[in-house]
Amino acid sequence: MSFAIKKQGEIVVVDVEGQLIVGNRQELKQRVLDELEKGERKFLIDFSQTGYIDSSGLGVLVSLSKKIREQGGELRLANLNDDLKTLFELTKLDTLFQISDTKERALETF
Amino acid sequence: MSAISAAQPFAPGRVHIALELEIPSDVRYIERVVEVVKQQCAQFAYPQRQCCLNIPVALSEALSNAILRGNGDRIDAHVQVKIDVTQERLILEVLDEGGGFDFEECLTDPTEPGNIEREDGRGLFLMTRLMDRIERFSNQGNVVRMTLRRHD
Repeated sequence: MSFAIKKQGEIVVVDVEGQLIVGNRQELKQRVLDELEKGERKFLIDFSQTGYIDSSGLGVLVSLSKKIREQGGELRLANLNDDLKTLFELTKLDTLFQISDTKERALETF
Repeated sequence: MSAISAAQPFAPGRVHIALELEIPSDVRYIERVVEVVKQQCAQFAYPQRQCCLNIPVALSEALSNAILRGNGDRIDAHVQVKIDVTQERLILEVLDEGGGFDFEECLTDPTEPGNIEREDGRGLFLMTRLMDRIERFSNQGNVVRMTLRRHD
């Protein structure tokens, strides 16, 4: 499991490779907060290479979304597979996040 | 994500797998335990949805609870996992060395408007939604037993 962060225009794109779970969520949180601290405001997390997400992973996304909004920014999500979509629907987090089917669409509409 | 391969699934009713694992009380072991269970279920060609969503998420939650809540700061403690799988159902037992907690009392609904932006409070909820049955009891430790019937 790892996170790749790159900049596309003014958007910080984070790829989550593997699982987003209790063992690595703090790393994701810190890396995004570091970018926020540097002045970045638009964040997109791409889940195309993600396996599963546990409740602590979901919790980190909620926490990051709140912190980014407090700084006038936005966190969006892309490329959730059907299982991950179900997870977001079960927890109603699909109502909290703007979720795009593809990274390209998310980048276009940000 | 590892591929689920089961070119020759076991014949219904003829094979029963029972395994026991013991891991240190460390969240870094969770993924490996999940992989072991997924592999056993793949032997019976369990549906992709159950192998990639229900089982990994519910088991991760149970293991996290055992390690972080049950055993807490006791780094010398262990967590035992019992896996019992047949063609029809999977039973998982996760045992920690803690004092246990009241599942119902700790269970909240994270989908309520006041809870939706909370960082915590989704673990037990997900276990109840992703498994068919959750039981807690004590047996020289604190045990959570989860049952998942195969849903094709």
